[in-house]
Amino acid sequence: MKYLHLVWSNLKRRKLRTSLTVLSIFVAFVLFGLLCALKEAFTAGVSLAGADRLIVRHKVSLIMSLPESYGARMANIPGVKDVVHMTWFNGIYQNEPKNFFGTFPVNPEDFFKVYPEYVLPEDQKEAWLKTRTGAIVGRTLADRFKWKIGDRIPLMSPIWQRQGGEAWQFDIVGIYTGAKKATDTSSFFFRYDYFEEARARGKGLVGWYTVRVDDPNKTEQVAKAIDAEFANSPYETKAEPEGAFAQGFVQQIGNIGTILIAVLSAVFFTILLVAGNTMAQSVRERVEELGVLKAMGYSSRLMLALVLAESCLIAAVGGSAGLSVAWLIAASGSPVPSMLPVFVLPERYLLIGVGIVFALGIVAGILPALQAMRLQIAVALRRHV
Amino acid sequence: MINWLSQVFSVTQFNLRTIPQRRGSAIAAAVGIAGVVAVLVGVLSIAAGFRAAMTVSGPDDVAIVLRSGADSEMTSGLSREDTRLIADAPGVARTADGPLASAELFVIINLPKRSTGTDANVPLRGVEKAATAVRGDIHMVAGEMFHAGRDEVIVGQGAARSFAGLDVGKTIRIGQNNWTVTGIFRGGGGSAESEIWTDAAVLQPAYHRGDSFQAVHVKLASPQAFQPFKDALTSNPQLEVKAMRQSDYLADQSSMLTTFIERIGVYIAALMALGALFGALNTMYSAVAARTCEIATLRALGFGSGPIVLSVMFESLALALAGGAGGAAIAYFAFNGFKATTINWQTFSQVAFSFSVTPQLLISAIVWAAAIGLVGGLFPAIRAARLPIASALRET
Repeated sequence: MKYLHLVWSNLKRRKLRTSLTVLSIFVAFVLFGLLCALKEAFTAGVSLAGADRLIVRHKVSLIMSLPESYGARMANIPGVKDVVHMTWFNGIYQNEPKNFFGTFPVNPEDFFKVYPEYVLPEDQKEAWLKTRTGAIVGRTLADRFKWKIGDRIPLMSPIWQRQGGEAWQFDIVGIYTGAKKATDTSSFFFRYDYFEEARARGKGLVGWYTVRVDDPNKTEQVAKAIDAEFANSPYETKAEPEGAFAQGFVQQIGNIGTILIAVLSAVFFTILLVAGNTMAQSVRERVEELGVLKAMGYSSRLMLALVLAESCLIAAVGGSAGLSVAWLIAASGSPVPSMLPVFVLPERYLLIGVGIVFALGIVAGILPALQAMRLQIAVALRRHV
Repeated sequence: MINWLSQVFSVTQFNLRTIPQRRGSAIAAAVGIAGVVAVLVGVLSIAAGFRAAMTVSGPDDVAIVLRSGADSEMTSGLSREDTRLIADAPGVARTADGPLASAELFVIINLPKRSTGTDANVPLRGVEKAATAVRGDIHMVAGEMFHAGRDEVIVGQGAARSFAGLDVGKTIRIGQNNWTVTGIFRGGGGSAESEIWTDAAVLQPAYHRGDSFQAVHVKLASPQAFQPFKDALTSNPQLEVKAMRQSDYLADQSSMLTTFIERIGVYIAALMALGALFGALNTMYSAVAARTCEIATLRALGFGSGPIVLSVMFESLALALAGGAGGAAIAYFAFNGFKATTINWQTFSQVAFSFSVTPQLLISAIVWAAAIGLVGGLFPAIRAARLPIASALRET
């Protein structure tokens, strides 16, 4: 501890350079944090997928509908616990397609059985069961449009016209939250019976089913049983675990996601390289002083420790500030809610970030530190002249 | 004035010659700026390529008609009667065979990607005979056109490249039908090269669509014929449709993804530029610090502070431009022409495209690099000009 003062004085001797170096490390780690949040956003569906859930869709494509009557048949298949159907409603708010969010008609009771991660207070749940035009919205979505319970929200859908053609009217009766931090709370759910009664066409058809199974180890068998049940019917199905379904979407985004992330990683390491070089340079400039310290009796090992402490301190100050700012940005919500509904920075990335901070400190400091350790006093002192 | 210029020139030359002595920090600054430029150009080339894939070249004389209220072909629906009225509207180009209008169906099928083997949403379009004449620039690069009335398809070359099983002579199974691939085409504008095409009359029963369609693509007699065509459709009480120029429709369909990528690209590049700026400032401050004595000597000899300031800025600019050019070159060789596919959420289907490093992108890259160089040089330059001569000369 008594050497801290010495390290500190060394950092203070060129205040400007030290602050600029700290600032560039800071920027690098802001970038790192955002990069991790972005990666998480791309793969959110996969990490949130329930291990005990299957998605059952039309075999040809997700855009084709399935009969609503399939739900009861699926519920009878051994191993199936709960079934809920969903439909892509494509609600548009205020006639502005940019106000995009997921909108789905569901049966409320089935919905909460299959998706326990959506948490809704008991009284709001009752209100939803009582209100035919009731809808529940996620916390993120409610915040985005400043909606509150009791608001009446008109939505248009390019797919589902209401009989008579005017806008669909919904009353917000509840605001749900996520059981986990990363749960997507950006969707809008409303009652299927209201939808079924008022839609102009496609009655009796739903988009896809989510099935909850008794035993997460048997998802594959149950999926096969479901597909076999509907084989050779006009509506053949494809059942797959929710994780595989979500993974499929990530694959659909394709190498763009990978490339974005690769480019950003390259950037991150470039900044570190530049900052590391400056840190190393500032030690090299002080060789003669280090020689003086050695002449005064500082041991080689102590020299090594002092130089490393200095570079680690710079890295730690810049890195921790950068990670905190990235965390704050992520905590304040997604910058593009329509494309990336989930935007969070999980703690494990912060830990990885801290690891990189110290790796940076050590890598940038180690060469000059070894130099300092091996320094021959006579040589070092002679350099001054 | 001449004297002043020659001062600027000689001091700058003197500065640039000393760069090799400060190799480490000079390279670090240039690498930092190269990074900014590479990332900016790299990320924006994705958006530029995607947009290029979604636009059409040539005259703006193709229009798309959808049911009013629909936001894409996918969500639209038109009856046979609607499509006839649309084809007969004024402004539509005609040949001996009748109006150049193609009533089309647009559905999605799942096919595995060649790269990963996982399912992807591939657009399957049912077209009428006039479809190729409406687009005008469709060419078969392999095999031949499908035959009307048969379970046959032709495949855009982007789709053929990206999805498994789309080779001439092979069959793909969609639902309960087997379809033979008879040819591969290029052109067609927009995302046509990412699509599979078949006869609309064959697709209708296969998809239980009865006698309905989703969109009508028409070729107009001239680009100016669009307004009367549109007015005729909207004023027709039998129709509830909207007409758009194909170019506007495609721009709209690609807006969400390109805006997203551009926003991320600029956001990240701005952050990165900040990081590089700190690096450049560091380099130039140490360059000035290392030459305190020399600068003071020049000032004592009668060089003005203007030339000193400019010389430091020129040096910084030179480093920045060298870095920027390097970064742009890296981005060009790494990204230009890189083939990719991604999902366009607005049509819920895959689009095959190539990254495109356009001249505009390269110019904006150089502008960014120059801006970083100028700002990075300005403050150190001012410090250099303000050095008190007497005390600076005394420094060793």
